[in-house]
Amino acid sequence: MNLRRASFLAWALLGISLALVLLGVCVGSTGFENLVSPLLKPLQDADATAMARQIVWEIRLPRTLGAWAAGALLGLAGAVAQGLFRNPLADPYLLGSASGASLGVALALVAMGGGGGMLGGSMMNGGGMNNVAVSVFSSNVLVRLGLTGAAFAGAVLAVLLTLALSRGVQHTLRLLLAGVVVGVVLGAMTHMVLLFSPDSLQAMQAFMLGSTSFVGWTSFLLMAGVWGVCVIAGGLLGRVLDGLSLGESTAHSLGLPLAPLRITLVAVLALATGTAVAQTGLIAFVGLAAPHLVRSVIQCTHGRLIWVSSLMGGALLMGADTLARWLIAPQELPVGVLTAVLGGGYLLWLMHRGQANPSTAGGAA
Amino acid sequence: MTHQIAHQATVASFSAMHLIAVCARSIRASLGNGAAKTEVLRGIDLRLPAGRWTSIVGPNGAGKSTLLKVLAGLLPHTGTVDLLGQPLHSLPNRTRARQLAWLGQNESSGDDLTVLDVAMLGRLPHQPWLAAPSAADHAAVEQALKATQAWDWRCRALGQLSGGERQRVLLARALAVQAQVLLMDEPLANLDPPHQADWLEVVQALVAEGKTVVSVLHEISMALHADELVVMTQGRVTHQGLCADVATHRALEAVFDNRIAIHALQGQWVAMPCAKGGSR
Repeated sequence: MNLRRASFLAWALLGISLALVLLGVCVGSTGFENLVSPLLKPLQDADATAMARQIVWEIRLPRTLGAWAAGALLGLAGAVAQGLFRNPLADPYLLGSASGASLGVALALVAMGGGGGMLGGSMMNGGGMNNVAVSVFSSNVLVRLGLTGAAFAGAVLAVLLTLALSRGVQHTLRLLLAGVVVGVVLGAMTHMVLLFSPDSLQAMQAFMLGSTSFVGWTSFLLMAGVWGVCVIAGGLLGRVLDGLSLGESTAHSLGLPLAPLRITLVAVLALATGTAVAQTGLIAFVGLAAPHLVRSVIQCTHGRLIWVSSLMGGALLMGADTLARWLIAPQELPVGVLTAVLGGGYLLWLMHRGQANPSTAGGAA
Repeated sequence: MTHQIAHQATVASFSAMHLIAVCARSIRASLGNGAAKTEVLRGIDLRLPAGRWTSIVGPNGAGKSTLLKVLAGLLPHTGTVDLLGQPLHSLPNRTRARQLAWLGQNESSGDDLTVLDVAMLGRLPHQPWLAAPSAADHAAVEQALKATQAWDWRCRALGQLSGGERQRVLLARALAVQAQVLLMDEPLANLDPPHQADWLEVVQALVAEGKTVVSVLHEISMALHADELVVMTQGRVTHQGLCADVATHRALEAVFDNRIAIHALQGQWVAMPCAKGGSR
């Protein structure tokens, strides 16, 4: 019964994602009509058709698919984090990866000579790509590579620092506290770096709000590859999380080698979160909300939860990204702001539902 | 399967030859860290007979649950523990898990897992890492859930069950391991009297099969159904003996400051509370 419901939800989410891909390709600053008519009548205006093809193939399609991949990584990481910490409020950034990525980007921006505030401007211009100033989501390959690399390195180093401070992964509570401490300290250091380099402030703000504006095919393929690795690893480690959900002593008594398995889970968490953050900045609430949404519909093992949360995260972020492009078109909202508002609203609704009917809230929260 | 049969044969022959399932020597263990570290077990020597039910009893804070965790290999300690004649620490994780099942006190539980999923976790030590549950796993889980009368709600999530129902599912999880030795900490928590009686039947059936059961119980009258009693106080074992022995009764009354008295009632020993300073 539960397996059937999980399969149904997974197929439904795939269907929704497919519909959102089509929608995402159509929505943007250029408008629907300006794209569709040249594509449908290619002989009428060759230049317009080439432009339309370029917009669809080089900008909208990789961006839309990239939004799905980033959301899928965050949804997966959320399910792993909540299972690993046995805490429904755990989110993928809990081990300090977000703060580490922010510090990495801040330092890289300073090293590259400050930001041009390009993202803010580009957003207001509807995502134009003609500016190559140093920015988090710059189209300049070297700058982009440096900043993406800095974000990823920062995220991974922060997780390693958390592991060092918690003296391994044996104690969940110690790991959780170390993650919080690393998050706060690195966050403060990021602000200090920005205090001495105010030029980087606008670019940094863009990173912290999150955006999928400049996800190209390379970014999408990278995220998709990492997602493939993480979702298989997460699915295989689902049994460990099931065992851990009965308590550490029970999991140990079942013969699970907890230390190496926990390290693998932390590695999956760090890889998924680090990759998503490096490509799209800090996108709030997707990792927290996706597993909750799945649990509110089905009760299942962690192996299935990781898969379905991943699909849910992908659909959520792709939907939010499409909405962000459509709401104030031809301009667009930072998708991180939208996910934060929608995610906050969802949590409030969950609390309200919990007060109205505690038994149903227990399952979801 | 051949390996499993060979293992069961080894265990059965061991039980017949040595008659000691768990042997603990000079056990010392502490809880807490740094300045707050407290020694809870202060040198315990214990030999628990194979194919018998032993209950560990004593007042709050005696160290019963800590001792059970040490016997299960779940807590750092000094001294040695042997399981079925082999040092516990030298056994590979999965081998230990197949021989010894543990049911903890106040186990946190995955509310989103179904009853069937939870019981199936008991089969983890028997399953190859990437393999799906075998027919033997399904049969063991069905048998365990039926023994605890939880089979009818096997598709319900654990979060939808009452405390007593949840406890029966967790007991089924421990039974599904089909281990030779079962350690249970407060297995009767949240169970109503009829289900306590059912638990008693389950334990008696296990012992009849030659399994060793060790339980920590606060319900003294239930503990007196066991074959043997280990009486503890302040981190030490003060007495180990047959439940029917008068010396065991006196030791039991003594650790509770003579606030209980053991009486025979309809062929069964029961513990009756005594008023402070009152007579029996």
